[in-house]
Amino acid sequence: MRYVDEYRAPDAVRVLLDRVSGLLQEIAPASPLQIMEFCGGHTHAIFRFGLHQTLPEGSVEWVHGPGCPVCVLPRESIDTAIDLARRPGVTLTTFGDVLRVPGTRQSLLQAAAEGADVRVVYSPLDALALAREHPDREIVFLAIGFETTMPATALTLLQAVREGLGNFSLLCRHITTPAAVRAVLQGPDPALDGVIAPGHVATVLGSAAFDFIPRDYRLPVVVSGFEPVDLLHALERLLLQRLEGRCAVENGYARAVREQGLPPALDAIGRVYELRGEAGWRGLGRIADSAVRLRTEYADFDAERRFGSRPTPASGEEPLPCGEVMRGRLRPPQCPWFGTRCRPDAPLGALMVSAEGACAAYHRYRGSSAP
Amino acid sequence: MCLAVPGKVLAITDRGRQQAEVEIGGVRRAVSLACLLEEGVAPESLLGCWVLVHVGYALSLIDEQEARQTLELLKELEPDALR
Ligand code: SF4
Repeated sequence: MRYVDEYRAPDAVRVLLDRVSGLLQEIAPASPLQIMEFCGGHTHAIFRFGLHQTLPEGSVEWVHGPGCPVCVLPRESIDTAIDLARRPGVTLTTFGDVLRVPGTRQSLLQAAAEGADVRVVYSPLDALALAREHPDREIVFLAIGFETTMPATALTLLQAVREGLGNFSLLCRHITTPAAVRAVLQGPDPALDGVIAPGHVATVLGSAAFDFIPRDYRLPVVVSGFEPVDLLHALERLLLQRLEGRCAVENGYARAVREQGLPPALDAIGRVYELRGEAGWRGLGRIADSAVRLRTEYADFDAERRFGSRPTPASGEEPLPCGEVMRGRLRPPQCPWFGTRCRPDAPLGALMVSAEGACAAYHRYRGSSAP
Repeated sequence: MCLAVPGKVLAITDRGRQQAEVEIGGVRRAVSLACLLEEGVAPESLLGCWVLVHVGYALSLIDEQEARQTLELLKELEPDALR
Protein backbone atom coordinates (compact mmCIF):
# COMPACT_ATOMS: atom_id res chain seq x y z
CA MET A 1 0.00 0.00 0.00
CA ARG A 2 1.20 3.50 -0.83
CA TYR A 3 -2.16 5.10 -0.16
CA VAL A 4 -2.31 7.07 -3.41
CA ASP A 5 -2.21 4.89 -6.53
CA GLU A 6 -4.73 2.40 -5.14
CA TYR A 7 -7.24 5.23 -4.93
CA ARG A 8 -6.64 6.27 -8.52
CA ALA A 9 -6.80 2.80 -10.04
CA PRO A 10 -8.87 2.90 -13.25
CA ASP A 11 -10.61 -0.38 -12.38
CA ALA A 12 -11.80 0.88 -9.04
CA VAL A 13 -12.92 4.16 -10.61
CA ARG A 14 -14.88 2.27 -13.26
CA VAL A 15 -16.67 0.08 -10.71
CA LEU A 16 -17.65 3.14 -8.73
CA LEU A 17 -18.78 5.09 -11.78
CA ASP A 18 -21.05 2.21 -12.75
CA ARG A 19 -22.53 2.06 -9.31
CA VAL A 20 -23.00 5.82 -9.07
CA SER A 21 -24.62 5.90 -12.52
CA GLY A 22 -26.96 3.09 -11.46
CA LEU A 23 -27.99 5.00 -8.36
CA LEU A 24 -28.52 8.16 -10.38
CA GLN A 25 -30.81 6.26 -12.73
CA GLU A 26 -32.76 4.97 -9.80
CA ILE A 27 -33.11 8.43 -8.28
CA ALA A 28 -33.85 10.00 -11.68
CA PRO A 29 -33.63 13.57 -10.43
CA ALA A 30 -35.84 16.09 -12.26
CA SER A 31 -32.97 18.56 -12.23
CA PRO A 32 -29.26 17.98 -11.59
CA LEU A 33 -28.50 17.12 -7.96
CA GLN A 34 -26.57 19.92 -6.26
CA ILE A 35 -23.64 18.46 -4.36
CA MET A 36 -21.43 20.90 -2.51
CA GLU A 37 -17.81 20.13 -1.87
CA PHE A 38 -16.71 22.62 0.75
CA CYS A 39 -12.97 22.13 0.44
CA GLY A 40 -10.83 23.70 -2.29
CA GLY A 41 -8.73 20.54 -2.32
CA HIS A 42 -11.81 18.63 -3.41
CA THR A 43 -12.63 21.26 -6.04
CA HIS A 44 -9.15 20.88 -7.47
CA ALA A 45 -9.33 17.07 -7.44
CA ILE A 46 -12.75 17.05 -9.17
CA PHE A 47 -11.33 19.05 -12.08
CA ARG A 48 -7.94 17.42 -12.12
CA PHE A 49 -9.40 13.94 -12.42
CA GLY A 50 -12.23 15.08 -14.69
CA LEU A 51 -14.93 13.83 -12.31
CA HIS A 52 -17.21 16.65 -13.47
CA GLN A 53 -17.33 15.08 -16.92
CA THR A 54 -17.59 11.42 -16.09
CA LEU A 55 -21.11 11.38 -14.67
CA PRO A 56 -24.23 11.14 -16.85
CA GLU A 57 -25.17 14.51 -18.45
CA GLY A 58 -27.38 16.63 -16.26
CA SER A 59 -27.30 14.31 -13.25
CA VAL A 60 -24.98 16.06 -10.79
CA GLU A 61 -23.76 19.62 -10.46
CA TRP A 62 -20.81 20.26 -8.18
CA VAL A 63 -21.26 23.40 -6.13
CA HIS A 64 -17.87 24.69 -5.05
CA GLY A 65 -17.82 25.88 -1.46
CA PRO A 66 -15.60 28.57 0.05
CA GLY A 67 -13.07 26.12 1.51
CA CYS A 68 -9.95 27.64 0.01
CA PRO A 69 -8.33 29.72 2.76
CA VAL A 70 -6.23 31.67 0.27
CA CYS A 71 -9.34 32.62 -1.70
CA VAL A 72 -11.21 34.03 1.27
CA LEU A 73 -8.28 35.87 2.85
CA PRO A 74 -9.44 39.49 3.07
CA ARG A 75 -7.42 42.31 1.54
CA GLU A 76 -6.89 43.73 5.01
CA SER A 77 -4.81 40.67 5.98
CA ILE A 78 -2.51 41.16 3.00
CA ASP A 79 -2.25 44.88 3.75
CA THR A 80 -1.32 44.20 7.38
CA ALA A 81 1.27 41.61 6.33
CA ILE A 82 2.81 44.05 3.84
CA ASP A 83 2.92 46.75 6.50
CA LEU A 84 4.88 44.39 8.78
CA ALA A 85 7.16 43.15 5.98
CA ARG A 86 8.19 46.74 5.22
CA ARG A 87 9.36 47.47 8.74
CA PRO A 88 13.10 47.49 9.31
CA GLY A 89 14.40 44.29 10.84
CA VAL A 90 11.26 42.29 10.07
CA THR A 91 11.06 39.21 7.85
CA LEU A 92 7.53 38.15 6.94
CA THR A 93 7.18 34.43 6.24
CA THR A 94 4.17 32.56 4.90
CA PHE A 95 2.98 29.79 2.57
CA GLY A 96 3.70 30.20 -1.14
CA ASP A 97 0.02 30.34 -2.11
CA VAL A 98 -0.43 33.63 -0.30
CA LEU A 99 2.15 35.60 -2.26
CA ARG A 100 0.07 36.58 -5.25
CA VAL A 101 -3.19 37.27 -3.41
CA PRO A 102 -4.18 40.86 -4.17
CA GLY A 103 -4.24 43.29 -1.24
CA THR A 104 -5.86 46.70 -1.45
CA ARG A 105 -2.98 48.19 -3.40
CA GLN A 106 -0.63 45.30 -4.07
CA SER A 107 0.25 41.69 -3.29
CA LEU A 108 3.04 40.46 -1.03
CA LEU A 109 4.97 39.54 -4.16
CA GLN A 110 4.77 43.10 -5.47
CA ALA A 111 5.75 44.45 -2.05
CA ALA A 112 8.75 42.09 -2.05
CA ALA A 113 9.81 43.44 -5.45
CA GLU A 114 9.85 46.89 -3.83
CA GLY A 115 12.16 45.67 -1.08
CA ALA A 116 9.89 44.28 1.65
CA ASP A 117 11.44 41.16 3.22
CA VAL A 118 9.03 38.34 2.38
CA ARG A 119 9.98 34.67 2.43
CA VAL A 120 8.06 31.57 1.47
CA VAL A 121 8.22 28.60 3.81
CA TYR A 122 6.81 25.10 3.50
CA SER A 123 6.12 24.76 7.20
CA PRO A 124 5.79 27.15 10.16
CA LEU A 125 8.69 25.12 11.58
CA ASP A 126 10.86 26.57 8.80
CA ALA A 127 9.94 30.05 10.01
CA LEU A 128 10.94 28.98 13.52
CA ALA A 129 14.28 27.74 12.17
CA LEU A 130 14.83 31.17 10.58
CA ALA A 131 14.18 32.78 13.97
CA ARG A 132 16.80 30.50 15.53
CA GLU A 133 19.36 31.26 12.81
CA HIS A 134 18.76 35.02 12.76
CA PRO A 135 18.41 36.22 16.34
CA ASP A 136 18.96 39.78 15.08
CA ARG A 137 15.81 39.72 12.94
CA GLU A 138 12.12 39.61 13.82
CA ILE A 139 10.52 36.61 12.09
CA VAL A 140 6.77 36.96 11.63
CA PHE A 141 4.71 34.04 10.32
CA LEU A 142 1.44 34.91 8.59
CA ALA A 143 -0.68 31.99 9.82
CA ILE A 144 -3.63 31.22 7.58
CA GLY A 145 -5.81 28.20 7.00
CA PHE A 146 -8.57 26.16 8.56
CA GLU A 147 -8.40 23.70 11.45
CA THR A 148 -6.14 21.50 9.34
CA THR A 149 -3.36 24.05 9.66
CA MET A 150 -4.08 25.41 13.15
CA PRO A 151 -2.35 22.58 15.04
CA ALA A 152 0.86 23.15 13.08
CA THR A 153 1.02 26.86 13.88
CA ALA A 154 -0.11 26.34 17.49
CA LEU A 155 2.54 23.67 18.12
CA THR A 156 5.19 25.80 16.43
CA LEU A 157 4.30 28.70 18.70
CA LEU A 158 4.46 26.46 21.78
CA GLN A 159 7.90 25.31 20.62
CA ALA A 160 9.01 28.96 20.28
CA VAL A 161 7.78 29.60 23.83
CA ARG A 162 9.68 26.57 25.12
CA GLU A 163 12.87 27.71 23.40
CA GLY A 164 12.34 31.32 24.47
CA LEU A 165 12.63 32.54 20.88
CA GLY A 166 11.56 36.13 21.48
CA ASN A 167 12.09 37.14 17.85
CA PHE A 168 9.32 34.85 16.55
CA SER A 169 5.69 35.90 16.29
CA LEU A 170 2.45 34.99 14.53
CA LEU A 171 0.16 37.17 12.47
CA CYS A 172 -2.88 35.01 13.13
CA ARG A 173 -5.50 34.89 10.37
CA HIS A 174 -6.85 31.38 10.91
CA ILE A 175 -10.51 30.79 10.17
CA THR A 176 -12.93 28.09 11.24
CA THR A 177 -14.70 25.62 8.97
CA PRO A 178 -18.03 24.97 10.73
CA ALA A 179 -18.83 28.70 10.84
CA ALA A 180 -18.20 29.02 7.12
CA VAL A 181 -20.30 25.97 6.28
CA ARG A 182 -23.14 27.45 8.32
CA ALA A 183 -22.81 30.80 6.59
CA VAL A 184 -23.20 29.13 3.20
CA LEU A 185 -26.05 26.83 4.26
CA GLN A 186 -27.93 29.69 5.91
CA GLY A 187 -27.60 31.93 2.90
CA PRO A 188 -30.54 32.41 0.60
CA ASP A 189 -31.11 29.59 -1.83
CA PRO A 190 -28.35 27.10 -1.24
CA ALA A 191 -30.81 24.36 -2.42
CA LEU A 192 -28.29 21.59 -1.94
CA ASP A 193 -28.83 17.84 -2.03
CA GLY A 194 -25.73 16.79 -0.15
CA VAL A 195 -22.40 17.92 1.26
CA ILE A 196 -18.97 16.38 0.84
CA ALA A 197 -17.16 17.34 4.04
CA PRO A 198 -13.45 18.24 4.09
CA GLY A 199 -11.35 15.19 4.91
CA HIS A 200 -8.34 16.90 6.38
CA VAL A 201 -10.27 19.34 8.53
CA ALA A 202 -12.04 16.22 9.79
CA THR A 203 -8.77 14.49 10.68
CA VAL A 204 -8.31 17.25 13.26
CA LEU A 205 -11.89 18.05 14.32
CA GLY A 206 -13.36 14.57 13.89
CA SER A 207 -16.28 13.65 11.65
CA ALA A 208 -18.67 14.44 14.52
CA ALA A 209 -17.88 18.14 14.01
CA PHE A 210 -20.23 18.06 11.02
CA ASP A 211 -23.20 16.56 12.87
CA PHE A 212 -24.89 19.96 12.81
CA ILE A 213 -25.40 19.72 9.04
CA PRO A 214 -27.91 16.84 9.03
CA ARG A 215 -29.38 18.04 12.33
CA ASP A 216 -29.95 21.70 11.42
CA TYR A 217 -30.13 21.61 7.65
CA ARG A 218 -31.45 18.12 6.90
CA LEU A 219 -28.68 17.33 4.46
CA PRO A 220 -26.70 14.13 4.02
CA VAL A 221 -22.95 14.48 4.61
CA VAL A 222 -20.02 12.23 3.74
CA VAL A 223 -16.46 13.02 4.82
CA SER A 224 -14.16 12.32 1.89
CA GLY A 225 -10.52 11.88 0.99
CA PHE A 226 -8.97 13.51 -2.04
CA GLU A 227 -8.46 10.80 -4.61
CA PRO A 228 -10.97 9.89 -7.34
CA VAL A 229 -12.03 6.69 -5.56
CA ASP A 230 -12.60 8.65 -2.36
CA LEU A 231 -14.76 11.28 -4.03
CA LEU A 232 -16.85 8.81 -6.04
CA HIS A 233 -17.29 6.63 -2.98
CA ALA A 234 -18.47 9.70 -1.05
CA LEU A 235 -20.89 10.58 -3.83
CA GLU A 236 -22.20 7.02 -3.84
CA ARG A 237 -22.89 7.17 -0.13
CA LEU A 238 -24.64 10.53 -0.47
CA LEU A 239 -26.88 9.06 -3.17
CA LEU A 240 -27.65 6.02 -1.02
CA GLN A 241 -28.66 8.26 1.85
CA ARG A 242 -30.94 10.15 -0.47
CA LEU A 243 -32.54 6.98 -1.84
CA GLU A 244 -33.18 5.79 1.67
CA GLY A 245 -34.46 9.17 2.80
CA ARG A 246 -31.80 9.44 5.48
CA CYS A 247 -29.43 12.20 6.39
CA ALA A 248 -26.45 11.62 8.61
CA VAL A 249 -22.72 12.21 8.72
CA GLU A 250 -20.87 9.22 7.27
CA ASN A 251 -17.14 8.81 7.31
CA GLY A 252 -15.91 7.91 3.84
CA TYR A 253 -12.28 8.56 4.80
CA ALA A 254 -11.96 6.06 7.62
CA ARG A 255 -8.29 5.39 6.97
CA ALA A 256 -7.48 8.91 8.16
CA VAL A 257 -10.48 10.29 10.06
CA ARG A 258 -11.78 9.28 13.48
CA GLU A 259 -15.09 10.36 14.88
CA GLN A 260 -13.59 12.48 17.64
CA GLY A 261 -10.59 13.84 15.74
CA LEU A 262 -7.02 14.12 16.89
CA PRO A 263 -6.74 14.85 20.63
CA PRO A 264 -3.18 16.26 20.77
CA ALA A 265 -3.97 18.59 17.87
CA LEU A 266 -7.25 19.75 19.42
CA ASP A 267 -5.43 20.28 22.67
CA ALA A 268 -2.79 22.46 21.00
CA ILE A 269 -5.45 24.54 19.25
CA GLY A 270 -7.33 25.02 22.51
CA ARG A 271 -4.22 26.05 24.42
CA VAL A 272 -3.08 28.65 21.92
CA TYR A 273 -6.19 30.02 20.22
CA GLU A 274 -9.58 31.37 21.21
CA LEU A 275 -12.54 32.46 19.09
CA ARG A 276 -12.28 36.11 18.21
CA GLY A 277 -15.83 36.56 16.97
CA GLU A 278 -16.78 38.02 13.67
CA ALA A 279 -14.26 38.03 10.86
CA GLY A 280 -14.17 39.25 7.28
CA TRP A 281 -14.08 36.73 4.43
CA ARG A 282 -13.19 37.90 0.97
CA GLY A 283 -16.26 37.70 -1.23
CA LEU A 284 -18.52 36.50 1.58
CA GLY A 285 -18.52 39.45 3.96
CA ARG A 286 -18.46 39.10 7.73
CA ILE A 287 -19.16 35.76 9.39
CA ALA A 288 -19.87 35.35 13.11
CA ASP A 289 -17.45 33.30 15.25
CA SER A 290 -15.40 32.37 12.22
CA ALA A 291 -11.87 33.26 13.25
CA VAL A 292 -9.45 32.73 16.12
CA ARG A 293 -6.81 34.87 17.80
CA LEU A 294 -3.96 34.11 20.17
CA ARG A 295 -4.93 33.78 23.82
CA THR A 296 -3.67 36.59 26.04
CA GLU A 297 -1.05 34.27 27.61
CA TYR A 298 0.70 34.38 24.25
CA ALA A 299 0.26 38.10 23.62
CA ASP A 300 4.05 38.47 23.43
CA PHE A 301 4.05 36.26 20.38
CA ASP A 302 1.25 38.13 18.65
CA ALA A 303 2.79 40.13 15.79
CA GLU A 304 0.00 42.70 15.77
CA ARG A 305 0.55 43.55 19.42
CA ARG A 306 4.31 43.38 19.18
CA PHE A 307 4.46 45.83 16.30
CA GLY A 308 1.36 47.81 17.16
CA SER A 309 -0.05 47.43 13.69
CA ARG A 310 -3.40 49.11 13.39
CA PRO A 311 -6.14 47.38 11.45
CA THR A 312 -6.47 49.05 8.09
CA PRO A 313 -9.96 50.27 7.26
CA ALA A 314 -12.04 47.44 5.89
CA SER A 315 -12.11 47.59 2.13
CA GLY A 316 -15.65 46.19 2.08
CA GLU A 317 -17.09 43.60 -0.21
CA GLU A 318 -15.06 42.36 -3.10
CA PRO A 319 -16.12 44.53 -6.06
CA LEU A 320 -16.21 41.42 -8.20
CA PRO A 321 -18.46 38.45 -8.89
CA CYS A 322 -16.23 36.22 -6.73
CA GLY A 323 -18.74 36.12 -3.87
CA GLU A 324 -21.46 34.87 -6.20
CA VAL A 325 -19.15 32.12 -7.41
CA MET A 326 -18.34 31.17 -3.81
CA ARG A 327 -22.00 30.91 -2.93
CA GLY A 328 -22.54 28.64 -5.91
CA ARG A 329 -24.84 31.13 -7.69
CA LEU A 330 -22.46 31.87 -10.56
CA ARG A 331 -20.22 29.48 -12.46
CA PRO A 332 -16.71 30.84 -13.02
CA PRO A 333 -17.00 31.13 -16.83
CA GLN A 334 -20.09 33.27 -16.33
CA CYS A 335 -17.97 35.97 -14.70
CA PRO A 336 -17.38 38.78 -17.22
CA TRP A 337 -13.68 38.90 -16.35
CA PHE A 338 -13.03 35.15 -16.49
CA GLY A 339 -10.07 34.40 -18.75
CA THR A 340 -9.89 37.99 -19.98
CA ARG A 341 -9.10 40.55 -17.28
CA CYS A 342 -8.79 37.79 -14.70
CA ARG A 343 -6.29 35.03 -15.42
CA PRO A 344 -3.99 32.88 -13.28
CA ASP A 345 -1.00 34.99 -14.35
CA ALA A 346 -2.90 38.23 -13.63
CA PRO A 347 -5.61 37.46 -11.07
CA LEU A 348 -8.25 40.05 -10.21
CA GLY A 349 -9.92 37.88 -7.62
CA ALA A 350 -8.37 35.40 -5.22
CA LEU A 351 -10.38 32.50 -6.70
CA MET A 352 -8.01 32.76 -9.63
CA VAL A 353 -4.87 32.77 -7.46
CA SER A 354 -4.79 29.46 -5.68
CA ALA A 355 -4.85 26.20 -7.63
CA GLU A 356 -7.72 25.32 -5.32
CA GLY A 357 -9.80 28.33 -6.26
CA ALA A 358 -12.81 27.40 -8.37
CA CYS A 359 -11.89 29.90 -11.10
CA ALA A 360 -8.28 28.74 -11.36
CA ALA A 361 -9.40 25.11 -11.50
CA TYR A 362 -11.91 25.86 -14.27
CA HIS A 363 -9.33 27.87 -16.15
CA ARG A 364 -6.60 25.29 -15.91
CA TYR A 365 -8.66 22.29 -16.89
CA ARG A 366 -11.00 24.12 -19.19
CA GLY A 367 -9.56 22.41 -22.28
CA SER A 368 -11.41 19.45 -20.85
CA SER A 369 -14.68 21.43 -21.22
CA ALA A 370 -16.08 22.25 -17.80
CA PRO A 371 -19.87 21.96 -17.59
CA MET B 1 -4.20 24.47 1.12
CA CYS B 2 -5.59 21.66 3.27
CA LEU B 3 -3.48 19.23 1.28
CA ALA B 4 -1.94 16.36 3.22
CA VAL B 5 0.16 13.64 1.65
CA PRO B 6 0.97 10.11 2.80
CA GLY B 7 4.49 9.30 3.92
CA LYS B 8 6.32 6.59 5.85
CA VAL B 9 8.12 7.29 9.12
CA LEU B 10 11.75 6.23 8.65
CA ALA B 11 13.61 7.51 11.69
CA ILE B 12 13.25 9.63 14.81
CA THR B 13 15.73 12.46 14.41
CA ASP B 14 15.05 14.61 17.47
CA ARG B 15 13.20 13.00 20.33
CA GLY B 16 12.83 16.20 22.36
CA ARG B 17 11.24 18.11 19.51
CA GLN B 18 9.33 15.01 18.33
CA GLN B 19 10.92 15.34 14.91
CA ALA B 20 11.14 12.45 12.47
CA GLU B 21 12.37 11.75 8.98
CA VAL B 22 9.46 10.79 6.75
CA GLU B 23 9.63 9.57 3.18
CA ILE B 24 7.04 11.32 1.03
CA GLY B 25 6.85 10.26 -2.60
CA GLY B 26 10.52 9.22 -2.57
CA VAL B 27 11.74 12.41 -0.86
CA ARG B 28 12.90 12.50 2.75
CA ARG B 29 11.49 15.33 4.83
CA ALA B 30 11.70 16.52 8.39
CA VAL B 31 8.25 16.10 9.94
CA SER B 32 6.95 16.74 13.44
CA LEU B 33 5.02 13.90 15.07
CA ALA B 34 3.71 16.14 17.87
CA CYS B 35 0.06 15.86 16.75
CA LEU B 36 0.11 12.08 16.95
CA LEU B 37 1.83 11.66 20.29
CA GLU B 38 -0.50 11.58 23.24
CA GLU B 39 1.01 11.77 26.72
CA GLY B 40 3.39 8.93 27.36
CA VAL B 41 3.54 7.60 23.79
CA ALA B 42 7.07 7.10 22.52
CA PRO B 43 7.84 8.50 19.06
CA GLU B 44 9.54 5.20 18.23
CA SER B 45 6.15 3.50 18.24
CA LEU B 46 5.45 5.25 14.93
CA LEU B 47 8.51 3.90 13.12
CA GLY B 48 7.46 2.24 9.87
CA CYS B 49 3.93 3.65 10.08
CA TRP B 50 2.26 5.64 7.33
CA VAL B 51 1.10 9.12 8.23
CA LEU B 52 -0.59 12.02 6.44
CA VAL B 53 1.67 15.07 6.39
CA HIS B 54 0.49 18.67 6.24
CA VAL B 55 2.87 21.67 6.39
CA GLY B 56 5.55 19.74 8.21
CA TYR B 57 3.30 17.99 10.73
CA ALA B 58 1.91 14.46 10.68
CA LEU B 59 -1.86 14.94 10.98
CA SER B 60 -3.11 11.40 10.92
CA LEU B 61 -1.89 7.90 11.43
CA ILE B 62 -3.19 5.98 8.43
CA ASP B 63 -5.20 2.96 9.44
CA GLU B 64 -4.07 0.21 7.12
CA GLN B 65 -6.96 -2.06 7.91
CA GLU B 66 -9.53 0.62 7.15
CA ALA B 67 -7.68 1.46 3.96
CA ARG B 68 -7.79 -2.14 2.78
CA GLN B 69 -11.40 -2.49 3.75
CA THR B 70 -12.50 0.42 1.57
CA LEU B 71 -10.67 -1.07 -1.40
CA GLU B 72 -11.97 -4.58 -0.73
CA LEU B 73 -15.50 -3.25 -0.65
CA LEU B 74 -15.02 -2.04 -4.18
CA LYS B 75 -13.95 -5.41 -5.40
CA GLU B 76 -16.54 -7.54 -3.77
CA LEU B 77 -19.76 -5.81 -3.11
CA GLU B 78 -22.60 -5.16 -5.44
CA PRO B 79 -24.37 -1.88 -4.71
CA ASP B 80 -27.19 -3.69 -2.94
CA ALA B 81 -24.86 -5.18 -0.39
CA LEU B 82 -23.93 -1.70 0.83
CA ARG B 83 -27.43 -0.82 1.91
S1 SF4 C 1 -12.93 35.08 -12.78
FE1 SF4 C 1 -11.74 36.36 -11.37
S2 SF4 C 1 -13.05 38.08 -10.90
FE2 SF4 C 1 -14.35 36.51 -11.84
S3 SF4 C 1 -15.17 35.37 -10.10
FE3 SF4 C 1 -13.31 34.31 -10.72
S4 SF4 C 1 -11.66 35.19 -9.47
FE4 SF4 C 1 -13.44 36.56 -9.29
